[in-house]
Amino acid sequence: MSEPLVIVGNGMAAARLVEELGKVALGRYAIAVIGAEPRLAYNRVLLSSVLAGETASHELELRPAAWWRDRGVTVQYGSAATEIDVGRREVKIAGEESIAFTKLVLATGSMPLRLNIPGADFAGVHTFRDSRDVDLLLTLAARKQRVVVVGGGLLGLEAAYGLAKAGAAVTLVHLMDRLMERQLDAPAAALLKSLVECKGIRILLSANTARIHGNERVETIELADGLRLEADAVVFAAGIRPNVTLAKDAGLAVNRGIVVDDLMQTSAPGIFALGECAEHRGVCYGLVEPAYEQARVLARHLAGQGGAYCGSVVATNLKVSGVSVFSAGDFLGSDCSESIVLSDLRQGTYKKLVIADGCLTGAVLVGDVADALWYLELIRSRQPVARIRGAMMFGRSLADRAIAA
Amino acid sequence: MTAVVHTSTIRTTCPYCGVGCGVLATPDRHGDATIAGDPQHPANFGRLCSKGSALGETLSLNGRLLHPMIRCKGSLERVAWSDALDHVAHRLNHIVARDGPNAVAFYLSGQLLTEDYYVANKLMKGFIGSANVDTNSRLCMSSSVAGHRRAFGADTVPGCYEDLDQADLLVMVGSNAAWCHPVLFQRMLANKQKRAARIIVIDPRRTDTAGEADLFLGLTPGTDTALFCGLLVHLVDSGALDQDYIAQHTSGFDEALARARSIAGGVPATALATGLSERDVTAFFQMFRDTPRVVTLFSQGVNQSAQGTDKVNAILNCHLATGRIGKLGASPFSLTGQPNAMGGREVGGLANQLAAHMGFTPPEIDRVRRFWKAPHIAVHEGLKAVQMFEAIGRGEIKALWVMGTNPAVSLPHADVVREALRKLELFVVSENVLANDTVDSGVHVLLPALAWGEKSGTVTNSERRISRQRSFLPAPGEARPDWWILCEVAKRLGFAAGFDFTSAADIFREHAALSAFENDGRRDFDLGALKSLSDAAFDELAPVQWPAREGAGPTARFFAGGNFFTADKRARFVAPEAPALRTETTASRPLRLNTGRVRDQWHTMTRSGLSPRLSAHLPEPFVEIHPDDAAKYGIVDDSFARVTTDYGQCILKVIVSERQRRGMLFAPIHWSATNASNARVGALIAPFTDPFSGQPENKATPAAIAPCEYVFRGFALSRRELDLPPRLWWTRVAASGGCGYLFADNGDLRHWPAWLQAIAGDDLVEYRDFGGGIYRAASFAGDRIETCVFVGPAHDGGDWEVVRSLFAADRLSDEQRRILLSGKSIEGAVSTGPVVCACFGVGRTSICDAIGAGAHTPAEIGAKLKAGTNCGSCIPELKRLIAQAGEGEAGSKETRFASAAN
Repeated sequence: MSEPLVIVGNGMAAARLVEELGKVALGRYAIAVIGAEPRLAYNRVLLSSVLAGETASHELELRPAAWWRDRGVTVQYGSAATEIDVGRREVKIAGEESIAFTKLVLATGSMPLRLNIPGADFAGVHTFRDSRDVDLLLTLAARKQRVVVVGGGLLGLEAAYGLAKAGAAVTLVHLMDRLMERQLDAPAAALLKSLVECKGIRILLSANTARIHGNERVETIELADGLRLEADAVVFAAGIRPNVTLAKDAGLAVNRGIVVDDLMQTSAPGIFALGECAEHRGVCYGLVEPAYEQARVLARHLAGQGGAYCGSVVATNLKVSGVSVFSAGDFLGSDCSESIVLSDLRQGTYKKLVIADGCLTGAVLVGDVADALWYLELIRSRQPVARIRGAMMFGRSLADRAIAA
Repeated sequence: MTAVVHTSTIRTTCPYCGVGCGVLATPDRHGDATIAGDPQHPANFGRLCSKGSALGETLSLNGRLLHPMIRCKGSLERVAWSDALDHVAHRLNHIVARDGPNAVAFYLSGQLLTEDYYVANKLMKGFIGSANVDTNSRLCMSSSVAGHRRAFGADTVPGCYEDLDQADLLVMVGSNAAWCHPVLFQRMLANKQKRAARIIVIDPRRTDTAGEADLFLGLTPGTDTALFCGLLVHLVDSGALDQDYIAQHTSGFDEALARARSIAGGVPATALATGLSERDVTAFFQMFRDTPRVVTLFSQGVNQSAQGTDKVNAILNCHLATGRIGKLGASPFSLTGQPNAMGGREVGGLANQLAAHMGFTPPEIDRVRRFWKAPHIAVHEGLKAVQMFEAIGRGEIKALWVMGTNPAVSLPHADVVREALRKLELFVVSENVLANDTVDSGVHVLLPALAWGEKSGTVTNSERRISRQRSFLPAPGEARPDWWILCEVAKRLGFAAGFDFTSAADIFREHAALSAFENDGRRDFDLGALKSLSDAAFDELAPVQWPAREGAGPTARFFAGGNFFTADKRARFVAPEAPALRTETTASRPLRLNTGRVRDQWHTMTRSGLSPRLSAHLPEPFVEIHPDDAAKYGIVDDSFARVTTDYGQCILKVIVSERQRRGMLFAPIHWSATNASNARVGALIAPFTDPFSGQPENKATPAAIAPCEYVFRGFALSRRELDLPPRLWWTRVAASGGCGYLFADNGDLRHWPAWLQAIAGDDLVEYRDFGGGIYRAASFAGDRIETCVFVGPAHDGGDWEVVRSLFAADRLSDEQRRILLSGKSIEGAVSTGPVVCACFGVGRTSICDAIGAGAHTPAEIGAKLKAGTNCGSCIPELKRLIAQAGEGEAGSKETRFASAAN
């Protein structure tokens, strides 16, 4: 008799967990997936490509219905879990029967932050999180509307690019003095800015959005310095917040995210969390790669095998066509590290590798990201790089020759 | 005087060494020319060495002096020819009137054509009235001149090149012919291959020439006289003398033999005196004794000595004693260094000659005076080069006119020479280049002379063969023939009648006439048969050997039957002084510095330094040291060392090599302040000279060596000349499409970005690894590198060869650009390593790969890569590489050539 395992959330983390469980514990659990979004799990990462018209919406689907069926997974999408009864080991679902579990996994993801400013609730203020958002934004762009994107991080840039590509007149405003400040150093961010500007996007840095004017509908955006931007729509892409309400209400330990240990277990035995909603060793990851690693660890644990999640070295890839950006590890460097920099602004290339204790500890790449995965591997494996230090910047093949020489 | 623009192939003569190879030049419409050996020329039969082959790369007008210039308020300014000539004449006149004719001097060059030389010599010795006419040939072969004159009564080279083909034994003394006379050396090797001639090399240094020797005698420097005295004694004691020849055609034998016995009275004494093994000495003596057809070739190793003349005579004594002189395959043979050293000797362009192989005896003075109708003929010898510049330093000579040479680099004690030049009241230089160390020593008047390819006249090679240098390029700017410049000044000095020449042919006819004037066979040098050449005949003159006496047939050799040019027609045996170097080593100067040439450079590099191909062989100024000495003084191969003598110091790249003798250093002479920061080797050399020839002892200055550390190495390449940051060690290297610089630095790496950004445009690629000690950057104009600089720790400067080839390209692909600053080649463009074969640009890596793939002989390498199949001067190096490959790891201790990378 299979144990009932309930996964709340039907995103990429959930799908990966099911896949991993299929590898290590097929048949051990009777899995039910409960998702609020009205469709099968899809690749959220590609939403910006959909917005940019580079990927069709139907291509997003991670797995067909048959795949889930073959694994004996009950998928309830369009259903919102409303409560966890830890004592009774049940999940309550809006308008439906509760589902009992012996193991529960929270994969509730996160939601976009809406700035707490006057006018934030006007019509024409959007976010960029799910496929519904994308459909709305595409409508805006098709009408050649003036859109202000608030937020110069990964999400904001991808939204701005997608909107511009789809036909909107886009201004991107960013609070900080450089784009993607959590992933890029100043020269990389400056190069990125010029490259994005070449795509027809206006960028305002150190721009603090103060309020939105209009008559229940967006008309202008006012910045803290008084500058006003006329706009038909605003897209908030200024960060995400883990979806923790369910966990919090259930009395689980929650900081910014749902606190988990190295086995992805929350403060309640048998209840786990992973993906963007989880907080591991104080870190909430906003990227898919850690969620996948967590899914693998959790699946092994649920299968009774060993292993622990020790955190991820995160790598960021910006998916803006023709503007390749990659960042991983300690991208800024410190007094204890050394940086190697290659820049070729005409070619739109900037590369920085950070070395500490004889190992590669961080990398920032703009333009030429061909060796991004190799750098990531070097960062993660912490293998000594002394012998390839001189060649590393110029790619793996040259470095391999340096070793052979 | 106006050069004609030719479009067809022109026969001319190479401007480098004294072999005097015929060259076929085919100019194009862009001022360049295709260069090939002249198959019909009897010196080379179509062969050219690496330097000659690269002549086409040296014709650029970059850096050329194109207009007369006069120093006005500190800086040189362009003036009209008439103003420059008026100025020179006026100032000369004034100084001669005030201080007498001996207050002025000409310093000439073996690069000048005979006609230029003739006019200069005539003007100074016949009309201004001083014999202060000397030449850079003084530094080159004046000891041979003096030795010839003492033994033969004239400066006669008795043999000819055919003797090198026909000898059974070739003894090379102080000659690295493999590098310095490559085409002749190839003839000797051909003789060895075809006729099994044997080669003996006598040299303190195991040169590439020695690599071909059947017997190598690495004697103690300065002991050549002892070796040949020992040989003379051996010839006597073993009954090998030509008694008849001695009796009929010579005098002074007994005194010479007695002296020889006292210096080296047998094999043990010779071995002791020369530092050679008795076995080697015996082998040499026996080979010489038993081989009638023996040619002894000698060059700078003999000449550049404070006893050079005695060394020459010690050699000549052995040939006289055996009658092996002027016979087919048997003769002493002086190899001259310069293209027209012989022509200079013929006109008398040396301070101890008057003209046309005549000296300063009263009848000779009278004869020349009458011929020239000379108003103020010089009646005694003038000052020889070293003494001339000392007199300038003392303020006794107040006016100097330098033509076509760079004494601020090439003279001994060169820093003092440079300072002396600044004291001159009138300092005139006739030049091709806008800047060299001499020009930069405060020249007052700079006169643009025609260069090779533009000028027209004659040169004489080592076998007395006169060949035409013909123009195949138009005169650039306002450049003029040297003879024209001299004649114009002479006219302004009031000597119009003696200098109304209208062509080189005109001058040649007078020169030939003087040689024949009241000659009647009493003087060796006689061009009587050529004194009436028409202009057309002069233009078409085929290479011709002298003597060319009027009404007599050709004479290829002298003295087989005696008839020396002494009063009694007998040769003189000369009793040489006991060999001793002029200087002593001391605790603070424990080594001796030898100097010389490298294979692919010429003199102070003003021409050969323009060729990227030639710059590739040994791009940096270096000092070579034996491994034991290197260990003793803490010197490491491929590092830097400071070489100090009592006269100056240099910082040079180090080559540790067993080819160098213990206790000796070797440094090449080519680099100057114009093309390197710390490599004026002339400044290190002691100014001691031979009492007869005045030739300085350039090869044995006591010296010290100490390591010199540089944290960073690097190189830069630019389309324009660069002002490198101060305090750098650097050397300039020709590069295709611009200038290259190799450097070493102890400064802060962080200065480089600012330095580059100040000279570069916006399109900059940069690689910074300051923690790893690396900065590399390139600025681009379009897809072409404009300037690039690579700096790194000694082991990681970037691959100069790779970057140099990318710099040469007109456009870089995106992939090449992406990988450029790695300093490494991308797949398919594998680095070929430092160039070994300059003719075909074949690098060491390629050659080693070919060896690794089974090529076991130079011929097999040649078949694969063409290396060594043109001039052949890299064949010794190919053999070394083959041998090294055989030795495996042991071979890695062998010479590694200096280069910035690897």
